Amino acid sequence: MADEKIPYTQYLQADGSVVGNLPEFAEDQELVLALYRHMNRARRFDTKAVAMQRTGRLPTFPPALGQEAFHVGFASAMSADDILFPTYRDGPAQMVRGVQLEELLLFTAGDERGSDFQVPRCDFPQAIPIATQTAHAVGAAYAMKLRGEKSVAVTTIGDGGSSKGDFYEAMNFAGVWQAPVIFLINNNGWAISTPRDRQSAAPTLAQKGDAVGVPGQQVDGNDVLAVYHVVSEAIAAARSGKGPALIEALTHRLTDHSTADDASRYRDADLLSEQWKEEPMIRLRTYLSNQGWWGKEDEESMLTELDQEIERAVENFEASDAPEAAAMFDYMYAELPADLMAQRAEVIAAHGHEGDGS
Amino acid sequence: MAELTYRDAVAAAIAQEMRRDETVVFLGEDVAWAGGVFKTTVGLLDEFGEKRVRDTPISEQAIIGAAMGAAMTGLRPIAEIMFSDFFAVCWDLIANQIPKTRYMTSGQVIMPLVIRTANGGGVRFGAQHSQSIENWAMMIPGLKVVAPSTPADVKGLLAASIRDDDPVIFFEQKSLYADKGEVPDGEYVEELGKAKVLREGTDATIIALAAMVPRAMKAAERLQAEDGISASVVDVRCLVPLDTQTIFAEIRKTGRAFTVEENPRLCGWGAEISSLAMEECFWDLDLPLIRITTPHIPLPSADALEDEALPSVERIYNTVREGLD
Repeated sequence: MADEKIPYTQYLQADGSVVGNLPEFAEDQELVLALYRHMNRARRFDTKAVAMQRTGRLPTFPPALGQEAFHVGFASAMSADDILFPTYRDGPAQMVRGVQLEELLLFTAGDERGSDFQVPRCDFPQAIPIATQTAHAVGAAYAMKLRGEKSVAVTTIGDGGSSKGDFYEAMNFAGVWQAPVIFLINNNGWAISTPRDRQSAAPTLAQKGDAVGVPGQQVDGNDVLAVYHVVSEAIAAARSGKGPALIEALTHRLTDHSTADDASRYRDADLLSEQWKEEPMIRLRTYLSNQGWWGKEDEESMLTELDQEIERAVENFEASDAPEAAAMFDYMYAELPADLMAQRAEVIAAHGHEGDGS
Repeated sequence: MAELTYRDAVAAAIAQEMRRDETVVFLGEDVAWAGGVFKTTVGLLDEFGEKRVRDTPISEQAIIGAAMGAAMTGLRPIAEIMFSDFFAVCWDLIANQIPKTRYMTSGQVIMPLVIRTANGGGVRFGAQHSQSIENWAMMIPGLKVVAPSTPADVKGLLAASIRDDDPVIFFEQKSLYADKGEVPDGEYVEELGKAKVLREGTDATIIALAAMVPRAMKAAERLQAEDGISASVVDVRCLVPLDTQTIFAEIRKTGRAFTVEENPRLCGWGAEISSLAMEECFWDLDLPLIRITTPHIPLPSADALEDEALPSVERIYNTVREGLD
């Protein structure tokens, strides 16, 4: 899929061997181990959430299986003051940013309190409609620039989302305004059942930036070091006033679009087993082990800790009270108009109290 | 008669019409290889091939724009918008282009197209994927608006919509997809613009649409069983054309009318029926028409709150019983 005019970055190949000259940070043991831990947390959480959905404990959930390097790589490259405008598959990136697992579970269960995350306060909630968040990111970047702040807006979209008019219009604005915004495409090859080659006839999605003067590049989205590197550089450039960037990460969606989907209807099983060979965790573990930073015991104790952390989050989530029925009127307006006060009173009257919603 | 689900009736209607008319084509996101995200169009790709059953990129404006262009040049396209909420991103086509073209070309151009969509709540999809937007479509001159409540009506009314020479917005209520019902065998086409009296009654008239119809029926049965109240239930089926003749006749019989609407309260279709009934049936009314609606709020996705917000059997039962007190 690479195109000679579009830069492509990869450091870790599928077998864990290194190509080219590694950037300096790759020698930072603490940083790279943190990336690995975040990726593992994401995958364990994902497995747990899917199991919960299958047993009726969670509604529809969009797994990120196979795309952990993308999410963890870009989110780790952001500073605390940058703002993320995520899409629905970005739970793992939100975890890196500080959103609690329990909050993600609440959000998945339709409880708005899950989007009221305590950290990071300025990040946006997941956009479930496609591509709407791209324009929000441009507006936020403009506001930051106007106020003289050095923050950068980062927004994500899928390969399918790049077909939406919103995406082109947002990039065009960002180009004209030289707004500090990074557009990240998680090209996982599928938009539900629509494969990449039926989404666009463009050889790369990164080149879509050319039309609007936004530089585009591709990165191996299964290589967390490569993702971290190119996103860090793009953020640094945007922070120093050099304007927006478009980065297309090539990943594989190793499972269904969501728990409501069954990809076996439309995806070749052989293709999937080929793609599993390129998944992001093993190559990083090989790198860690080659560096002498990681062994079997480290792995086991990390997984135990992560599973305990996830279990605690699930317990807290399942112990949280259902919202009160009258809460459905909360936050509609700064002050609830009289006619809605009357409708709210009707709901309360039906319960004899504020109502536990059941 | 065969028993079909509401979702299977969608594919059955499309297949029936594609077999008899080669100008009927079908396009949308994930409609072909995946058989629709709600599995409403399974089997169509296999039977009719990729030239007539087409997956598209995620581009709602292009889906509806292309369907419009095809309709203007001799095809009868069926376009799917996955969730009715997404009408908002292609609203220029739906509100400004499609319904006005016949009018502005003095009838030189016809617009035989159907936009099918999964509408409404009940499945925890949240404020941006659960809206009941039939009232948005209803207020645009030039569109026809259909919202079936049973598998038989899905088949009969969708077939009629496809054969219609005007643009039809076809709202499938997504919480009904698994519902089963008898569907007539063979070619089956209903007439647009006809309400259906599902239950005759003498004390109250309950007027409902789509997913509110089965709830209204259950409430009516309970009113009869527990309180001896005899309620008729009218399934509106089409908002445009609106079958005021049937609706008014049922209102006049009892003098006590209730609408059950899934849409948020303000400017819901029941407000229009209430206004019309006041003009046309005023002297036959014993009570002001009472509207049972979702409050005027975005639909919450938390289980408990969504159940609370949508009109329930319990709320319909209580409102009618108290209204007659």
